[in-house]
Amino acid sequence: MAAAATVYNPVGFDFSNQIRNNFLADRGIPLPKATSTGTTIVGCLFKDGIVLGADTRATEGEIVADKNCEKIHYITESIRCCGAGTAADTEFTTAMISSNMELHALSTGRKPRVVTAMTMLKQYLFRYQGHVGAALVLGGVDATGPHLFTIHPHGSTDKLPYVTMGSGSLAAMAVFEAQWKPSMTREEALDLVNAAISAGIFNDLGSGSNVDACVITATKTDMLRNFVKPNERVTKERTYGFRRGTTAFTKEEIRNLVVHEEIIGVRDDAMDVDGS
Amino acid sequence: MEALSVDIGRLKSGEVNLGTSIMAVQFKDGVIIGADSRTTTGAYIANRVTDKLTYVHDRIYCCRSGSAADTQAVADIVHYYLQMYKQHMGREPSVHTAASLFQNICYQNKDALSAGIIVAGWDKEDGPSVYNIPLGGGIFRQPWAIGGSGSTYVYGYCDATYQEGWGKDETIEFVKNTLSLAMARDGSSGGVIRMCVITEGGVERLFVPGDRLPKFWQGQEVIGKTFKAAADTEMIVEG
Repeated sequence: MAAAATVYNPVGFDFSNQIRNNFLADRGIPLPKATSTGTTIVGCLFKDGIVLGADTRATEGEIVADKNCEKIHYITESIRCCGAGTAADTEFTTAMISSNMELHALSTGRKPRVVTAMTMLKQYLFRYQGHVGAALVLGGVDATGPHLFTIHPHGSTDKLPYVTMGSGSLAAMAVFEAQWKPSMTREEALDLVNAAISAGIFNDLGSGSNVDACVITATKTDMLRNFVKPNERVTKERTYGFRRGTTAFTKEEIRNLVVHEEIIGVRDDAMDVDGS
Repeated sequence: MEALSVDIGRLKSGEVNLGTSIMAVQFKDGVIIGADSRTTTGAYIANRVTDKLTYVHDRIYCCRSGSAADTQAVADIVHYYLQMYKQHMGREPSVHTAASLFQNICYQNKDALSAGIIVAGWDKEDGPSVYNIPLGGGIFRQPWAIGGSGSTYVYGYCDATYQEGWGKDETIEFVKNTLSLAMARDGSSGGVIRMCVITEGGVERLFVPGDRLPKFWQGQEVIGKTFKAAADTEMIVEG
């Protein structure tokens, strides 16, 4: 009977890995965690378009995995998307939607719209029922004007004149709620986005380092990478390097480590590349 | 074999919820639908000016409650079906057709969805009609329907107040008062009131700001002071 049990293949799902994983978790070996962008990302509508903003810290638990990562992703020339949540998921979903938007533009012969990107993203995220952990701020300008959306990991969307997401969203939203006003200038909007991201950088442990910004108008998109760097490393007052001549030596020999090789052609005449 | 414990509650953690107060009432010439504007993720208000009154066809709207992602997905699918229906049949779909589409999706995917939807509108066959599609995927035609977490507080008020044969203005007042009472008691509801008047002639959108909601008993007698009303309960017709 025992031999038959090994041959018998029951129908349906196999949950044995979950039993194993629960057992390992009980023994103090939890599943590895994905790199998450414990993040502050924002978007803001102004007179001529959209300003997007992001911090540049990526974390693995309490460890800073990257001090200057890029969270404003390219969708099309005039549509960009900020990502929070699981870093790999935001990176790959935006890259895939960007690719599909380019193909869509090629097949329709028109400049693609922001709602198209939003619909593609929400339908993709809804299909994976929140297991693709991407929380996005999507903004851009198209034939119908400027548009700004938030997209949650389960696939719900909101359309608002100012939005924030990620762990620093509360700090950033506090700034927006206090200072946002309709039809701001480009400079006012950039200052506000900078203030909102800075609030995240300084008050949220999951956010930090620099401010990235992106200004999208009908005619031009400006990606302002490291727009403000409020956390630059100061040069150390002292160095541990030894002064030149600290160690005495008896001889000096400099060898060339690059191998030089002379190549001699098999035939004297040049290769015939002419078709005639 | 040992029992498996799959925590269902965890599977959808962090989901955006429309902990809501929604309502639809039919009257002589059409229907009035209304909703609060609060969308929450846990204790955080993700959107304080949400539009939960969703267009699915020219004279058919739905009020969404439950998961934001689920209800948006379902409404998008029904919107697509109704566009196809009109192209194929060359006529406007009835409210019953739209409600049946919602019911089919909600019933067949009842294990995966948390969506409580009220479908309302006007059509040539039945005139104004309201259909309630609660969580399990049932379908019920009602003269008035309320839904969402806030609705539990105002069933008594609606039962005591509603009367047949109302006109447009009386019905608007009923919806406005009911939603205000629900929003005042339910922590997951709040913000502003959005309403739509759907008649044969068209759809009119109404908006009541958060500081102009109808006020009821405010506890003046308890505090021992009489306060002047902050603002009247005037409405704004949305452009």
